[in-house]
Amino acid sequence: MSLTLDTPPGVLGHAASSAGGSTQPLLGSRVRAGFPSPADDHLDTDIDLHAHVVKRPAATFFVRAEGDSMRGDGIHHGDLLVVDRSLEPCPGRVVIIALDGELTVKRLERVGQRYYLVAANPSFRPIPLEGREAQVWGVVTYVVHALPGAPA
Amino acid sequence: MIALVDCNNFYVSCERVFDPRLEGRPVGVLSNNDGCIVARSNELKSLGVEMGAAMHLLPPHIRRQAVLLSSNYALYGDMSRRVTLSLGEFSPHVEVYSIDESFVGFQGFDPATLEARGQRLRETVKQWTGIPVSVGLAPTRVLAKVANRAAKKIPAYEGVCLLDADGVATRSLLRELPVTELWGVARRTGERLALMGIETAWQLREADPKRIRRAFSVVPERIVWELRGHPAVTLGDMAAPKQQIMVSRSFGRLTGDPADLHEAVRQHAARAGEKLRRQGSVTSAVMVFVHTNPFQPSQPQYRNSVVVPLARPCDDTRDIAHAAARGLEAIFLEGYRYQKAGVMLLDLTADGHRQLSLDETPQTEAERIRRQRLMGTIDKLNRELGRDKVRLGVPRQDNAWRLRCERRTPRYTTRWSELVRVKS
Repeated sequence: MSLTLDTPPGVLGHAASSAGGSTQPLLGSRVRAGFPSPADDHLDTDIDLHAHVVKRPAATFFVRAEGDSMRGDGIHHGDLLVVDRSLEPCPGRVVIIALDGELTVKRLERVGQRYYLVAANPSFRPIPLEGREAQVWGVVTYVVHALPGAPA
Repeated sequence: MIALVDCNNFYVSCERVFDPRLEGRPVGVLSNNDGCIVARSNELKSLGVEMGAAMHLLPPHIRRQAVLLSSNYALYGDMSRRVTLSLGEFSPHVEVYSIDESFVGFQGFDPATLEARGQRLRETVKQWTGIPVSVGLAPTRVLAKVANRAAKKIPAYEGVCLLDADGVATRSLLRELPVTELWGVARRTGERLALMGIETAWQLREADPKRIRRAFSVVPERIVWELRGHPAVTLGDMAAPKQQIMVSRSFGRLTGDPADLHEAVRQHAARAGEKLRRQGSVTSAVMVFVHTNPFQPSQPQYRNSVVVPLARPCDDTRDIAHAAARGLEAIFLEGYRYQKAGVMLLDLTADGHRQLSLDETPQTEAERIRRQRLMGTIDKLNRELGRDKVRLGVPRQDNAWRLRCERRTPRYTTRWSELVRVKS
């Protein structure tokens, strides 16, 4: 098993403080001595959904789910998944994992010292990772699920 | 200190990120029109397949076991952008040298921490983007190139090699390195150096800089200083990497005006087109990049790049300029003061090797010859009358932007309809 789970925290993914965003805080008025302008508290900008779900643009990828093994975790066939590769694959997180040459989405669980991939659907049995060629590809952070009638 | 960060087998590594089955197999990426090999995995290298090998001349047993893919420049361009963004987390001074190589400045960092920093950089880029990189650290760019090569070739370095100006490792590496393998030393310069008794990088380092300058020019002299650990070259001094043409320039003053950027990119595209035709090549992908001034950290910072694949390989300034303008539109953001814009031509092949694509008719072939004459005339007029006397105005609108891509993988990161599928 060549799983990169046992990496001590602090070695990967904590390179710098900035989240890599390109946006800058907006200043509504020049700094003045005396009372702050009361209008500044009410200055709103567009709500940017992309910036909300993509915290680290360099490491964030969108993928498409195929299949129904993760329904219990809210992932349906055809859903769009937001995957952040900069996050550590801790137990309990839903991860994309390269398993036997195929990218698969499952929840990572640990029992004692052993790692398992768990589906959110009782008809799938947990997959023990021991002795298998498995590499975590990224951590799923959001699901975009279209409801009936949503434009494609 | 400066680092050269080089992506290992970049195009193949990009493909492997999205298709784990390619791991451990011999994989090659083909040039435009699927003509010859432009990137090889280590497994393909061990089978003895050379860079530039023509696909139809590969022995059948190699064709059977190797996975040969069409180039997917939309993907490589996006992955290159992600790698550059990741590097920006380690230092604001990132200088793109090619689609898969960047210099990262570490001025003012404690040298004792740099090796560990290099390791962390390598691990971070691998984790965030999936791309393995090698890191060469040294006081100068030329030595950083030497260090990078060692980081790649000598397993004990584990991908990161730091060379001091005068360290034991530096000496022994330079003694073993033929002078022609040095960055910036052309083959003909190497032949003349050999006549002067200079055959290794070490001998060049020990040569009298004045003598080198008299015998050659200022660039080889600067290389001597660089080998001794004194920074002396800029990227502009050095030839672009093989298979690429790069034209970029800093603006005289920072500018946020889209017209300035469009004009610069148009000029760079025209210059790149001239260089391309002078060497008798065609290109099939145009990369455009812009960035703000990293030395003014109080200003909002932005950098981005994009690769625009061409419908078919060409050497026509109009096509190149059109592609570059489209690329610029895709990455330009209002509200920033830009320092630099550049155009890079990728996947160059000799014009003679060009194969007709299936949808090209004899008429378009005749048109191609007519275009070639037009470009030749423009180049000649500009040479005789001065740069930019004859310029191209409105781009052609009839471009189909189709790709030659028999074996191309999906554009996983740039098209909604081609996203990676994960089994759920």
